[in-house]
Amino acid sequence: MNGAPLADPVRFASPLLEADRLVRTSQTLPLRTDEHVVAVRRVVREQALALKLSLVEQTKLVTAASELARNTIKYGGGGMVVAQQLTDGVRQGLRLVFADDGPGIADVTQALRDGFTSGGGLGLGLGGAKRLVDEFDIDSRSGEGTAVAVVKWKK
Amino acid sequence: MERIPILRIGDLLLVTIQVDMHDRLAMTLQDDLTERIVKDQAKGVLIDISALDLVDSFIGRMISNTAAMARVLDAQTVLVGMQPAVAITLVELGLTLPGVKTALNVEKGMSLLGKSYQ
Repeated sequence: MNGAPLADPVRFASPLLEADRLVRTSQTLPLRTDEHVVAVRRVVREQALALKLSLVEQTKLVTAASELARNTIKYGGGGMVVAQQLTDGVRQGLRLVFADDGPGIADVTQALRDGFTSGGGLGLGLGGAKRLVDEFDIDSRSGEGTAVAVVKWKK
Repeated sequence: MERIPILRIGDLLLVTIQVDMHDRLAMTLQDDLTERIVKDQAKGVLIDISALDLVDSFIGRMISNTAAMARVLDAQTVLVGMQPAVAITLVELGLTLPGVKTALNVEKGMSLLGKSYQ
């Protein structure tokens, strides 16, 4: 990770990172290339395993991470992801925050609808990822970038 | 260049995906399979994903596209060995792979294509 462009997404995503939960560990990964998407899948899988999520919950989280990581690269022009192990006292979970400093999403409601795509994909990425996680939060500003935070709690 | 190997068994092509594919590798496999169907005059394609612990929308689309391309080239495609957790996730994601035949394993996939090991 180097260069100035990645510094801004961190600040951009910070409201999503500062929810009232204790962060136990935090790991930041770059998102620029296809190989980075694979690396994110591997790290999320490892962390989901460490949290002892069930196989189905692991698979859902890793799949959501793959969709969102690809979006960050394809539509956001690249950025980063922060993976954090969380606790709110009772539960333990994993939070992933994807941030880019790309053009932003013009209409977030429309982008979350199945079948909506601006990039020739299936249009399942954002709405599909939302269904696979327990919490989903998105902050997109025109000309500044997009941050998407998801949380999966251990049941 | 990195590639997924394609095996020919009679007039079938068998692909066993054993690595976590990045997007370019998935696209290369789609292109390679389409070319091999014509070159080997294959009548069937078996895609074994029993080793995959993830199928996201990109890989799902690659599989659907490959099956559609195979169909117009007079070949049938059967997707075999999907793990239960992957199936649950795929459907929740909204991906139901329309037009793609599936089987639980390679043997059942072959019999679906009207072939046997002998």
